[in-house]
Amino acid sequence: MQPKDLEERLRMKLSLTKVVNGCRLGKIKNLGKTGDCTMDIPGCLLYTKTGSAPHLTHHTLHKIHGVPAMAQLTLSSLAEHHEVLAEYKEGVGKFIGMPESLLYCSLHDPVSPCPAGYVTNKSVSVWGVGGRVEMTASKFMAIQQALQPDWFQCLSDGEATCDEATSIKRARKSVDRSLLFLDNCLKLQEESEVLQKSMIIGVIEGGDVMEERLRSARETAKRPVGGFLLDGFQGTPTTLETRLHLLSSVTAELPEHKPRLICGVSQPDEVLECIERGVDLFESFFPYQATERGCALTFSFDYQPIPEETLLQQNGTQEEVNYVDQTKKSKTTSCNQEMTSFEINLKEKKPSGKH
Amino acid sequence: MAVVASPTSLESAPRIMKLVAECSRSRARAGELRLPHGPVATPVFMPVGTQATMKGITAEQLDALGCRICLGNTYHLGLRPGPELIQKARGLHGFMNWPHNLLTDSGGFQMVSLVSLSEVTEEGVRFRSPYDGDETLLSPERSVEIQNALGSDIIMQLDDVVSSTVTGPRVEEAMYRSIRWLDRCIAAHQRPDKQNLFAIIQGGLDADLRATCLEEMTKRDVPGFAIGGLSGGESKGQFWRMVALSTSRLPKDKPRYLMGVGYATDLVVCVALGCDMFDCVFPTRTARFGSALVPTGNLQLKKKQYEKDFRPIDPECACPTCQKHSRAFLHTLLHSDNTAALHHLTVHNIAYQLRLMSAVRASIVEKRFPDFVRDFMGTMYGDPTLCPSWATEALASVGITLG
Repeated sequence: MQPKDLEERLRMKLSLTKVVNGCRLGKIKNLGKTGDCTMDIPGCLLYTKTGSAPHLTHHTLHKIHGVPAMAQLTLSSLAEHHEVLAEYKEGVGKFIGMPESLLYCSLHDPVSPCPAGYVTNKSVSVWGVGGRVEMTASKFMAIQQALQPDWFQCLSDGEATCDEATSIKRARKSVDRSLLFLDNCLKLQEESEVLQKSMIIGVIEGGDVMEERLRSARETAKRPVGGFLLDGFQGTPTTLETRLHLLSSVTAELPEHKPRLICGVSQPDEVLECIERGVDLFESFFPYQATERGCALTFSFDYQPIPEETLLQQNGTQEEVNYVDQTKKSKTTSCNQEMTSFEINLKEKKPSGKH
Repeated sequence: MAVVASPTSLESAPRIMKLVAECSRSRARAGELRLPHGPVATPVFMPVGTQATMKGITAEQLDALGCRICLGNTYHLGLRPGPELIQKARGLHGFMNWPHNLLTDSGGFQMVSLVSLSEVTEEGVRFRSPYDGDETLLSPERSVEIQNALGSDIIMQLDDVVSSTVTGPRVEEAMYRSIRWLDRCIAAHQRPDKQNLFAIIQGGLDADLRATCLEEMTKRDVPGFAIGGLSGGESKGQFWRMVALSTSRLPKDKPRYLMGVGYATDLVVCVALGCDMFDCVFPTRTARFGSALVPTGNLQLKKKQYEKDFRPIDPECACPTCQKHSRAFLHTLLHSDNTAALHHLTVHNIAYQLRLMSAVRASIVEKRFPDFVRDFMGTMYGDPTLCPSWATEALASVGITLG
């Protein structure tokens, strides 16, 4: 198969200014329908629920300095409104009141993982307020036609990491299915006038099986995708740690000039770990999670190692301190997710926090 | 209905109201309140914010909508966080970061709404805090003390509130007690130069009691009067008659604040009857149920009929919600778990109320208020003659006929 030169067609260009210790610094240019938007990498996407930043109107959102140029929409919140959007005709950006924003449509909402066990060889399901929406490749592409996002995550099988122990067989299936979905969707995109300006993001699967991860990366890279989504690395802080080496190996297989997105990773320390392993773009749902716990984010952006901390690190105690802090906080708060060391709990009479 | 000439008031009370225009037929007036945090055009609708926030929108958004006076709630703030803390935060203005005017109520109304927690004596209202179970006495002195600490531009006397559906000797008792409590509030008020204490006319639905209250309270030296004890469960027929009686006996050169009113029709009628200031939780509360206010009534945006309605709530409305969003999008958002939908509607509903008041005021200034009323009723009810009979009667009593 001879891949068309997407960059030529869409004029999107990723230029790297420098690469330091695996961290990529650069810009993605010529984005958007008019081709004149730019994004910095590393960067993040604005997290939305049903097309709106949580709790914020356009007015209040734009009081915030540095709102990301690209917003993340979730198919889980929008798929059930497909008919309305199709009738609207002008695309989801205009529908939600964000006509100037770049839009990336992911399958799932990173904050609410969906029930596993609903991926088949022919379809993937998402959960909206009205229940399950099952999508074959054609239905999926029909929905994307109605949405008209700038980028969208291709239909993929992300359940290889759902169970405690990934079997090689399940990992292999996730790669096979995702490649099949990708090829089908690319074909359908060819036939769609409306989707010519949208970019498909290929999804790297393979669970925790190195061989399958590498296969997924190499095979997906052969297709004319606009970028790559590294799926299945999300989980608890400990599970990300164990997958970091997998992550490095995967990104090593990917072309330099296409963006690498990761889903389910949004905490500052995890984001930094992933940047060091060649990831460019992140979701930004962490502020929302802190908000829901009644906590305010307070952490220093200064990551220059200071003498005391360096000493602690050398003695191997730094890592311990972080984990102890996290577990201690989870005992004192009554929220369903652990409060992190990046925040203070405003509900406490005298909010404590680690700075 | 016999017209009683409105008395002019005592000389020494501060004159905060400047009359700009009066309707030649009805009792409607347009004016300007001169308050410590800036002028306020009247008639005015004051949005209500419980616990020092406008539920659903920020102080900045409220300012951007053109609001220049809103309400803070003493009952909730007196308990949590408490006046001492608010004083440290540079008063309620500092605590809310609100640069314009604030009106605080006494905490009395909550007595009626939360009556199972309270007990009224001559001393004051004794109630149990819903937050920590502590017993507190809200006396006239304590209420004024709290409001002094809050630093609001207009403060309300503590009144003995009875529901308008209550009859019998309790109403009379409450009316006389409110007069005595007014005197105690006046005596306890530490900052008459910075904060304007309003009296609240009581007397329930009894014309004689109300007339007595009016006679007594207008003898007191206060910058403004509120008409209280209405807007509960009473019939609209009784309601308007008490409002009309009150405005006929209140001084013309002082503002008349009708508490707890609310719906668009009621606002227009009560302006005709001579009221200047209004407050109500209705627009913000109804927003939180997915209801958007429009000149023809309201839109229940959660309903299926709006699913594919790509028009804004109101094409004439300049609020941020109508500038950016369609009914269809708001419908979608209302069916999600993103609270942003409620904020959009709160912004719009407040904008609607403020715009209505502006339009009313302009019509008074331009000497076409009666025509405005007819147009308004026509839009709201399909035809001016189809407006509710109580409203027709009330308007007729002040010389405005519909159709």
